[in-house]
Amino acid sequence: MTATAQAAPAVPETPDDVLIARSITKQFGGLVALRNIEFVIPRRAIVSLIGPNGAGKTTFFNVIAGLIPPTSGSIELSGMRLIAPARRAWLEPLLWFAPPLLVLLIGILVSGGNIQLVALWGLLALLLATLILPTAMARPAWYESFIRRLGIFRSARPNDIVRSGVGRTFQNIRLFHNMTALENVLVGMHLKLRSTPVDAVLSTPRHRAEEEEARVRAARYLELAGLRGRDDELARNLPYGDQRRLEIARALACEPVLLLLDEPTAGMNPRETGEITALIGRLRTELGLTVLLIEHDMRVVMGISDRITVLDQGERIAEGTPEEIRRNPRVIEAYLGKPPS
Amino acid sequence: MTFRILRLALIAAGALVISWLLMIGLTWLGTRSESFSNVVATGTAQYFSALTIGAIYALIALGYTMVYGIIELINFAHGDVFMVGAFVAYLIFTSLGFGGAIKSIPLLIGILLLGFLVTMVVLGVLGAAIERFAYRPLRNAPRLAPLITAIGVSFILQNVVQVLISNSPVPSPQLVSLEYRFTLLGASVPLLNLLIFLVAVVLMIALQVFVGGTRLGRAMRSTAQDREAAQLMGVNINATIAITFFIGSALAGAAGLIYGLYKGNIVFNLGFDAGLKAFTAAVLGGIGNTVGAALGGFAIGFIEVAAVTTGLSRWQEALVFSVLILVLVFRPAGILGQQIGERA
Repeated sequence: MTATAQAAPAVPETPDDVLIARSITKQFGGLVALRNIEFVIPRRAIVSLIGPNGAGKTTFFNVIAGLIPPTSGSIELSGMRLIAPARRAWLEPLLWFAPPLLVLLIGILVSGGNIQLVALWGLLALLLATLILPTAMARPAWYESFIRRLGIFRSARPNDIVRSGVGRTFQNIRLFHNMTALENVLVGMHLKLRSTPVDAVLSTPRHRAEEEEARVRAARYLELAGLRGRDDELARNLPYGDQRRLEIARALACEPVLLLLDEPTAGMNPRETGEITALIGRLRTELGLTVLLIEHDMRVVMGISDRITVLDQGERIAEGTPEEIRRNPRVIEAYLGKPPS
Repeated sequence: MTFRILRLALIAAGALVISWLLMIGLTWLGTRSESFSNVVATGTAQYFSALTIGAIYALIALGYTMVYGIIELINFAHGDVFMVGAFVAYLIFTSLGFGGAIKSIPLLIGILLLGFLVTMVVLGVLGAAIERFAYRPLRNAPRLAPLITAIGVSFILQNVVQVLISNSPVPSPQLVSLEYRFTLLGASVPLLNLLIFLVAVVLMIALQVFVGGTRLGRAMRSTAQDREAAQLMGVNINATIAITFFIGSALAGAAGLIYGLYKGNIVFNLGFDAGLKAFTAAVLGGIGNTVGAALGGFAIGFIEVAAVTTGLSRWQEALVFSVLILVLVFRPAGILGQQIGERA
């Protein structure tokens, strides 16, 4: 029994796809959480990922978010290869440490036993290291392109993936509980703000203007998610439904191209569920977002999805429009068990 | 936000006045026979030295509390980072040729500013480097491993200073002459004491503003609360943790410089004692809480000096730690409780 033979046919790729996942496999020890998952999300689509508990939905989310490195396979986001097996990754630390060590070595050779001169060269090497290491940590764009030109590839870190346009919410709410609703959204805007520590300490006009503007924008995200007037409430004091809304507002603040929603209506009453469903629809029409949704509530899934992918025990068992999925015998079997014969 | 700052300022002013009265009262207890005006004068003088010592502890305690808040590590090397700060300031001042009091006021201010700037930057880099090489590789290791590493770093720093600079106490330049004094309620207080207190307060307010209302401050708080979620909101957690170490160590460097100015004498193992007391201060105030750390620092400075004025100077250490135990029995999370580091 080969996995590929059983998997449903993949949607054909187009150059405009937001996300393309190629044969993603993830093993945790002996357990195969994901097996050869092919997955394509067209731009401005709402795609749902469903499946019974333990099917690998959240694992797949975490792989896309860069939190869990896949055992094999690769992920492209808006045409950029972000996650793939590493190539020549050992070369990178060498690039950091070779220049300072070289300077030190030259220093030792040149100064001919004069310990003070050696110390001076050592200081120079140290200075070089304090320039290189923070750069390597920040990974600015020019550094990344330089690294790629050397043929080095290592997967993007979760924060880099956010930079490339993925925002997400969590199945079990993970707000910053000791911060206000507004501050939670402001954390989401982290990458969009530019002010440096020096600006902040000196409280430059630029910094203050940016903070002011950021607060206005953050309040707008809160309003969009239906949290008007809740700005200064601590996240932990918000009612459950509002915490879910705040998760969405915070993810929107990352200004994503692709929004990953992990069970956004879990634990909500039918009225709230309806509101969230309407909100998701508006995110596409008003903000032009692409949405990948994990959801257990079939009314939500069937109501707003363009396409649905069904996972079961780490395999993609079906893919299609809501109508097709509703009638798919493998899906019915996965959810209800084999009918007695 | 403004309301919170105003409230904090009011509380701080109240605490300052009450502790002043308390110190005068304790002085009266210690020297009952003296006249009232003498008691007030002595109490006031002692109060200002309590503020100075407290300011040093508070600045060190901030580093402990910030690091604990963000990665739950008790950074035992922090006391020695403070010690290195004292020696870096010593090297800066002596290499510029200043071995004693500077007479010209503009020159004095210039040299002090330069000293603070260079010491804080050098120490910040040292702190970030310690994090990069000693703690980051162990970030996901069992809690005990980085703790032992921290103790190791502490000994390494001591050893390096011992070998490179001196094995015995060195006289650190007292740039601010003790002849500059002001008189208050009959007490003649060196201006240096007030200066130290003010510098510390300015640094603490700057830290509060930074942590409370800036992009990087929010990144720090979010990383402290949920590292993974912060990362998935685009926060570069490695950079954030490095910045935390940078700031904490820079503050310890400032404290080291102040210590040298105040005591006039530094030695390679001075970080051990001061570090432990500052750590105590951080726990007392509520570890992970920056306001608490400042409060705890001043509290410990106060207790130490109060022990002297009441004639219990030989019981100084026992008193400090008895208060710690008492506070923790009734408030296990410290006076103000955890704030930054509190996990969801």
